[in-house]
Amino acid sequence: MPFDYVLLKTDALLYVLLIFTGFYVVYARQKEHLCIPWRQVARNKLGMMSAVILSFFLSIAILDSIHFHPALERTSDDVEIQYSTEIISLFDVIVEPLRTRVEKTYSAPFATHAYSKETIEQANGETRREYPRLVYGGSHLENPETERTVDIIKSSIVGLIKGLIASALIISLLIFRQSKQAKISFKERLRIVLQAKTEVPWQVIFVTFCSMMILVFVSAELSLKYHIFGTDKVGMDVFYQSLKSIRTGLLIGTLTTLVMLPFALILGVMAGYFRGWVDDVIQYLYTTLSSIPGVLLIAAAALMLEIYMAKHAAEFTSLAARADLRLLFLCMILGITSWTGLCRLLRGEALKLREIDYIEASKAFGVSHMTIIFRHMLPNVMHIVMISVVIDFSGLVLAEAVLTYINIGVDPSMESWGNMINSARLELAREPVVWWSLAAAFIFMLGLVLSANLFSDAVRDAFDPRLSGSK
Amino acid sequence: MFAYIIRRVLYAIPILIGVNIITFVLFFVVNSPDDMARLHLGDKYVTPEAIVKWKTERGYEKPLFWNSDKTGLEKFSDTIFFDNSVKLFAFNFGQSDSGRDIGYDIQQRMWPSLAIAVPVMLLGLLINISFALLVAFFRATYIDIWGVVICVIMMSISGLFYIIGGQFVISKLLHLVPISGYDTGLEAIKFLILPVIVGVIGGIGSGTRWYRTIFLEEINKDYVRTARAKGLTELTVHYRHVLQNALIPILTGVVVVLPLLFMGSLITESFFSIPGLGSYTIDAINRQDFAIVRSMVFLGSVLYIIGLILTDISYTLVDPRVRLES
Repeated sequence: MPFDYVLLKTDALLYVLLIFTGFYVVYARQKEHLCIPWRQVARNKLGMMSAVILSFFLSIAILDSIHFHPALERTSDDVEIQYSTEIISLFDVIVEPLRTRVEKTYSAPFATHAYSKETIEQANGETRREYPRLVYGGSHLENPETERTVDIIKSSIVGLIKGLIASALIISLLIFRQSKQAKISFKERLRIVLQAKTEVPWQVIFVTFCSMMILVFVSAELSLKYHIFGTDKVGMDVFYQSLKSIRTGLLIGTLTTLVMLPFALILGVMAGYFRGWVDDVIQYLYTTLSSIPGVLLIAAAALMLEIYMAKHAAEFTSLAARADLRLLFLCMILGITSWTGLCRLLRGEALKLREIDYIEASKAFGVSHMTIIFRHMLPNVMHIVMISVVIDFSGLVLAEAVLTYINIGVDPSMESWGNMINSARLELAREPVVWWSLAAAFIFMLGLVLSANLFSDAVRDAFDPRLSGSK
Repeated sequence: MFAYIIRRVLYAIPILIGVNIITFVLFFVVNSPDDMARLHLGDKYVTPEAIVKWKTERGYEKPLFWNSDKTGLEKFSDTIFFDNSVKLFAFNFGQSDSGRDIGYDIQQRMWPSLAIAVPVMLLGLLINISFALLVAFFRATYIDIWGVVICVIMMSISGLFYIIGGQFVISKLLHLVPISGYDTGLEAIKFLILPVIVGVIGGIGSGTRWYRTIFLEEINKDYVRTARAKGLTELTVHYRHVLQNALIPILTGVVVVLPLLFMGSLITESFFSIPGLGSYTIDAINRQDFAIVRSMVFLGSVLYIIGLILTDISYTLVDPRVRLES
């Protein structure tokens, strides 16, 4: 299928972040002192469990960050290919059925009939008010009342088996590789893993992986036939929206840090290293910024963006580009309000470091300030950065929902959990209650934030030198 | 002590000037009053005359920093910067873009905010500290492990969920208290119960976990071992020694937020339609009333700085080892 690739600004930043992470991994593998804390993280059962779950979220977000204009269908062969103005992502292509199967309006999870009654004309000309069948949800069933439960169970079992087979294949491949490396037989390695005798808790990792795969396959199997989280006001599948929101949540959690990191790092270390007037200026800067209540600064900046966009309306060619810019701007503003805490920590650490012998020694050797900062100070404050990055992540994901609720978050046209909650909130007053959008958003948010919290605990335990003594 | 406070207050002045300049730049320089007028008037009614009228009504037609048409001190004082920013230092908030007196509104709306924020803080403190003591008392047992797990789960749930869930279960299904609204006098209590409960529950997760860390840090210290060695029971050790010493970081953490209680909670107030400062701010954001948002930014910063000074003072009061003069 021909396509026209589009690079959104946030996509590009996500790629940059991934490349950085890649470099870090390569670099850290060569340095023994950097490997030690990560090995400790790898030994933490809860930490690895949440890491597996996080990697599923991350894969969806990455797939969802490859955007392009799809080609329109050609009327004849000699016409040049035309591209749609719509921007979709690779993930949209994978879950094509979810995106395109749109109902008229609300429908409950696994419903076969619409949420509200409609007047239906019958064959003999009479009209009757009843709940019409959904166009897609459960449309393969002849007699939904009796067949539905059986069908759901059947599809789940099919999904379960598929998931089991897929994960069994991948897991046995991994175990086979491990057995080759350890130069033992496959059977032997399997026994060790199953009895949880490995240093890294592979047993836990494989069980989590297997359950996630089953979850993926069961929901895939079911969502082809039903709307498993129902549909929203305009008939969009709520499950699809929740999946798309993963990218928004993850980007806010990570890009914010990426944006603020250079400022916090360089200013913090400089303040601690140079002291004197540099320290005074930087301290003044962050005290001033941090004394403005965060929400209000974000609100003020969001209002300003609104005006800017109104003034430059012509520059935004598509809705997606506009929403994308707004997301990027939100990350930047969140970054500006949240770098002060990290900067303060780094300054304190740098103050301590500059008195240590090896820094004194490099000064005595006449090494330049820049080299001292970049070669000797920065690598030694990295554990603080690591801890604060993972701790901030979950808070930022939660903040997105709150900010979107007060209209200063992401663009209303962008899928995000905040927007889902916001639009579903008023529907609780309906009778019967429309609860599924809210429930879906909260379940997905809980999944991401809880695993991020557990993972950050593991990372903090491993990297924080103060904690290592007490354990 | 007195000299120290004076010095701290003097330190606060450059910071407030900085805040003031940042907000001024954000609101008037990045986007000119013309843009604001256009946004407010909407696309249909934008004529040059309408913009001039809108600006004159609000005093935005003057130059930004320097009025060269005037003489003497008025060169400085007859500008937007002086009218809208310098006057904030005298807590003269001026008029909102819709023509109301902001200072009066703030005085009126302060009380409902406090009526929620103070009980939430006190109850939350009591409950979180009791839970944390309980968990710390049973440290390294299943009660501790599960306590921490429950805390992490509660922390991972969005605050919006507590509010919506609380409204749905308590008000809609059980009909115990009204969903939202506010009243004057004692009638207000029935409207306050739900927001307070929701606020307290929402804070349990992170609060308990934080206090637990403080207690555990304290429990590992030498004087606790001495107390145990003297033969005191574990309960006495906890209540007489650990609790009292752990109160120092707890108290100072609380003092920082005390002044900010005036500002109320943005989300809670708007969900429960309580006419406090939080919902005032949100309404201003939604109506794009720049004058109110600007005043609230300034007020918030002042309160935050007061909180920092109070923290330093409270340190000397509860911890005799800290000396401010040094």
